[in-house]
Amino acid sequence: MTAFLQIDNLSKSFSGLKAVQDVSFTVPKGEIVGLIGPNGAGKTTCFNLIAGVYKPDQGTVTLGGRSIGGWRPDQICLAGVGRTFQIVKPFAGLSVLENVIVGALKASPSVTEARGKAKSVLERLGLWHKRNQQASELTLPERKRLEVARALATEPQILLLDEVMAGLRPTEMDTMVSVFRELNASSGLTILMIEHVMRAVMSLSKKVVVLNYGQVIAAGTPDEVTRDPAVLECYLGEEAL
Amino acid sequence: MIRHLLDGVPRRGIALLLVLLAILLAAPYLVGGYVLSVLFLILYFAYVGQAWNIMMGFAGQLSLGHSLYVGLGAYAAAALYVHFGISPWIGLGASIIISGFAGAVIGFLAFRFGVSGVYFAILTIAFAEFARIGFDHFAWVSGSSGLFLPVENYTENDFWNLRGSPAMFYYLMLAMTVAAFLLCHLLLKSRVGYYWLAIRESPEAAQALGINIFKYKMYAVVLSAAMTSLAGVVFAFYYNNLFPEQIFHISRSIELILGPIIGGVGTLVGPLVGAFLLTALAEGLRELMLQIGVEVPGVKQVFYGFCLLWVVMFLPDGVWPPLARLLGLHKTERED
Repeated sequence: MTAFLQIDNLSKSFSGLKAVQDVSFTVPKGEIVGLIGPNGAGKTTCFNLIAGVYKPDQGTVTLGGRSIGGWRPDQICLAGVGRTFQIVKPFAGLSVLENVIVGALKASPSVTEARGKAKSVLERLGLWHKRNQQASELTLPERKRLEVARALATEPQILLLDEVMAGLRPTEMDTMVSVFRELNASSGLTILMIEHVMRAVMSLSKKVVVLNYGQVIAAGTPDEVTRDPAVLECYLGEEAL
Repeated sequence: MIRHLLDGVPRRGIALLLVLLAILLAAPYLVGGYVLSVLFLILYFAYVGQAWNIMMGFAGQLSLGHSLYVGLGAYAAAALYVHFGISPWIGLGASIIISGFAGAVIGFLAFRFGVSGVYFAILTIAFAEFARIGFDHFAWVSGSSGLFLPVENYTENDFWNLRGSPAMFYYLMLAMTVAAFLLCHLLLKSRVGYYWLAIRESPEAAQALGINIFKYKMYAVVLSAAMTSLAGVVFAFYYNNLFPEQIFHISRSIELILGPIIGGVGTLVGPLVGAFLLTALAEGLRELMLQIGVEVPGVKQVFYGFCLLWVVMFLPDGVWPPLARLLGLHKTERED
């Protein structure tokens, strides 16, 4: 498997606080990779560096052989990266359908076509019956799904998911897991996911990268990292053994 | 084209708009000079309100200095006419270019350097004030003593030079208001409209969806400025005099945003409803006071204040959204 997204020695400090230090990992094409670690480990910062919200102090981000470090978020989206926000950012005053149409316009020549794409994405994520509701009226789990729908509508080659399972009921989570699995299997969508819900990480990811204090402390298959003493100590807890 | 225009608009809405248009078209034959001048003002505020609404209501950029574009547009066309006898229909090209350029400069400074929210609003005020003081000392357009257009008694309308009866100006303003309304309607259904609304709601999320927010915010500012400048051209040729202290004054900027705020920011019909309510009621009130023999200076401003207070307290989304529900014109469920 070739690396589709490659992170090399990525570093970012915020006024002296080293949020991300020397982080390197790869996401092979067509795979689902989990990014885990305790709160404040630098996972979301890492995402924001990849998605262009922050410019890295050091290091490179390479997508499909092209260096995208320092690009603007919209350029990175056009390069094929879709993302969700941990703290959801719906277009609150627009309807659910309109939210997704905005995303779908990226890969559609016309609004009519974008509408059609938005429809199929909403159906896939079980939000079609909510299409005419304002996004502000949705519950938090629904807003998380809307985040995913909007990002998917941009037809990304790689999807960055920031804690989309948080707050979901087990059945809702299973639906979400199956959606990602199906997308991955059918269209070869590459996924990098930050997730605290270990059940989702374990069932979806082939590879897991563990961050702590801004550094990668372990990487490997889910089985390997859950047995890694350093990971157990800082994140999963001894009882996970 | 017409099908695209009507797509998604409730039939009752189209019917009501057509009735309104018919009434407005017939108005000069039905009402006297005073009422016609009030109607002209209503259309004027509906038009500039619509133009301002593109920036604030659609793209979420608060401008409190729109008098700048009215003034630049007015002065450009008027000065070309006074000095060179150039028809306003050609002069408006200069108005559009100068105002659009001013908008582009403000937009570039603000959006490139991350000035947003209230700071952006202050920047727009600063430019309008700068123009007011600058034009006070601008000898070519007679500075603070004012620029006057030649006035004669016209026996027939000279549409090419915009010299003629109030009815001619009324119809011109009506055509502009209708055109602005249709343009905004089409824009909202297009890619740029969706992008503007996304930027208004969440710039970060919009950018993450591949939208170049700098570019689209610039489109909004330049279009809004250019449209507003056309109102300035009509203003200059209708009133025949221009004073920097009046046309660039911040109270003018505030006056022209009251319509859309009262009617409903970000809605298509809001600027129309707001302009109608404010102007018609304020003039009506003044007339009523005169009839009962009370002349209170500033009664209009006090009335504006009460209207604003009332809307802010009870109808934070403006008058139009609840009115639309009342008339059964709110967004209908669409089966796609």
